[in-house]
Amino acid sequence: MSLATPLDLLKLNLDERVYVKLRGARELVGTLQAFDSHCNFVLSDAVETIYQLIDGELKSREKSSEMIFVRGDTVALITTPLPDE
Amino acid sequence: MLFFSFFKTLVDQEVTVELKNDIELKGTLKSVDQFLNLKLDNISCNDKTKYPHLTSVRNIFIRGSNVRYVYLQKNMVDTNLLQDAARREAMSDKR
Repeated sequence: MSLATPLDLLKLNLDERVYVKLRGARELVGTLQAFDSHCNFVLSDAVETIYQLIDGELKSREKSSEMIFVRGDTVALITTPLPDE
Repeated sequence: MLFFSFFKTLVDQEVTVELKNDIELKGTLKSVDQFLNLKLDNISCNDKTKYPHLTSVRNIFIRGSNVRYVYLQKNMVDTNLLQDAARREAMSDKR
């Protein structure tokens, strides 16, 4: 298997946990089920964290979903999650 | 083309779409095209007090670019098939 392009690296992460950072102070951790060249994704058992500044204080809330499609135009980066996530 | 085919397998199933303006719409997926524009039937809005203008709408066409997420149920998706399709798509992109 050749790993010539950046997206080829993603192929190795199929069926593995990934961390996805999105626009608008959102991040997702989930199991990668599919992706394409637009960085559209399907993640399973995903947890979304949304960060918000309320009265100068950083608040975060979490949303779980068993299966989620993510449109690629909001994706900033994809990496492996931190060990505690 | 992978997600176009993927959404075609989800036609007539109930999905929840979250738009980039934070509106969430639940409805039956009626059709999809190559831009991932969606047509939903029989929609219900999760937060009626926030978006009262959507309460009387039953059918809706969503331009694909406004979609942030589509929430699905696990039993709608064959994950092995989907992963294989993703691998094949990654291979064919190179040529």
